[in-house]
Amino acid sequence: MELTQKLINTGEGAVDEMLTGVLAAHADHLWRPDGSPRSVIAKNGPRQNKVGLVIGGGSGHEPTFLGFVGNGLADAAAIGNVFASPPPQPIIDAAKAVDGGAGILFMYGNYAGDVMNFDMAAEMLELEGIEARTVLTTDDIASAPCDKADTRRGVAGNVFIFKAAGAAADLGLSLDDVERVARHANARTYTMGVALSACSLPHTRRPNFELPAGEMEIGMGIHGEPGVRRGPLQNANSVADEIMDAILEEMGPSSGDEVAVLVNSLGSTPLMELYILYAQVAERLAEAGLKIHSNLVGPYCTSMEMAGASITVMHLDNELKQMLDHPCDCAMFKVS
Amino acid sequence: MGITVKDFQSLFNDIADQMAAERDNLCALDGAIGDADHGIAMEQGMKAAAKAANEVDDVNMQELFNAAAIGFLNAVGASSGPLYATAFMRAGKFTGPVTCIPPDDLRHVIVAMADGIQHRGKAEPGQKTMLDAWRPAAETAANGGPSSEIVSAAKAGAEATRDMIATLGRAARLGKRSIGHPDPGAVSSVFIISKICERF
Repeated sequence: MELTQKLINTGEGAVDEMLTGVLAAHADHLWRPDGSPRSVIAKNGPRQNKVGLVIGGGSGHEPTFLGFVGNGLADAAAIGNVFASPPPQPIIDAAKAVDGGAGILFMYGNYAGDVMNFDMAAEMLELEGIEARTVLTTDDIASAPCDKADTRRGVAGNVFIFKAAGAAADLGLSLDDVERVARHANARTYTMGVALSACSLPHTRRPNFELPAGEMEIGMGIHGEPGVRRGPLQNANSVADEIMDAILEEMGPSSGDEVAVLVNSLGSTPLMELYILYAQVAERLAEAGLKIHSNLVGPYCTSMEMAGASITVMHLDNELKQMLDHPCDCAMFKVS
Repeated sequence: MGITVKDFQSLFNDIADQMAAERDNLCALDGAIGDADHGIAMEQGMKAAAKAANEVDDVNMQELFNAAAIGFLNAVGASSGPLYATAFMRAGKFTGPVTCIPPDDLRHVIVAMADGIQHRGKAEPGQKTMLDAWRPAAETAANGGPSSEIVSAAKAGAEATRDMIATLGRAARLGKRSIGHPDPGAVSSVFIISKICERF
């Protein structure tokens, strides 16, 4: 099989070389503690008496996670290998770098590896007198049925959920309240995606799954985990309809409710296609009597060069609206 | 003749070499039901474990296992990092700070590793995870079975994952679609168990 073409130097060096570039490009926003190259810290975020928000996970999803580190959002990110959880050490280093004495909140997508590594980090921090709590994101509605919602994986909806928690921390809320806002935000965020072609890991440069020409996979995960079903590729409106049917059914909104919407590229799907999807998403939301309070269209949670897109809807209330509108200034995401 | 610290250092090298050779096969198995990175994690993790185990001089067995555990963990994170780090630390706890163990104690090393993996991953047998290779191997080892039977038990356990529905880990979201594919973590476990059993 032919190897996929990538602009890398070596597979082994890809993550660290990316981080070197990110730090060079965004030195005004980010820094790394000495001896901890996989902990990325916000320059102007952490401060005394503020809850420290530490996010993290595998690489390959940029701008998730490191792009959301900055004043008003996450204080730090722990960076893993491609599609692999970071080990405990960079998580611990990140937590210590942002600890303001008000506690630490870990937020990351619900994956077995991340849970084990972050839990080990929390146990070790506890021995040093730093309290770290955890809120997992579980917005991918295709990954488990509604009655098992707590087992779902976290995907593109992360950006809204992290944003809400980051704002709560920036507003000076207590650890209890930041945790409550984070859980509330997660419970009201719904994502579903469709994959049109595979991505490949820098180490292997081979497609990480087989998807025959003319087919799509509905509900595929952001690491290429198989989704709920595979079938012939449909047009944009049909795909948007299938996803919006699932999201609206689970969300159960009332006419007049407000939402935030994200149409996300999984990597190689261009803005043209995202906006074609957005047109149909906007129409479906209008038909349901829902008002779009804010929107994001672009690559926010990618799977390297995978083709495909996901749609996220966050069901807003006054508190979540306030949190999404709160300013933030990150290397790859700003709200002013 | 006992098993020495040096023997364990060479055992870690053997395992690392085999994981490097099997990397792409393990990635392909993982691609069917997961995210296609298991071979990479095992290659990097065992390489780091072997490096850490060989860099320490004048150590006892427990120190050697702890060095391998930290080496593996910090190289990969992922799921396999905490699981194998815990397995190695349990192995070291079993051997204690000695420099030589009787060959037959290797069976208890296998039991300790299986217990560590089960403790950290909170898995039960039958959930289509690496424990489905480790648990039967550990039971055979604990019951005094010869090394060939320990390996057979691990292989049979890994093969049995093919017909299981995953209920833990990333493949669990697939439900019935996970049937027909062996668990890559169980397959790589067989390599490790086999390498340990070669030293009996």
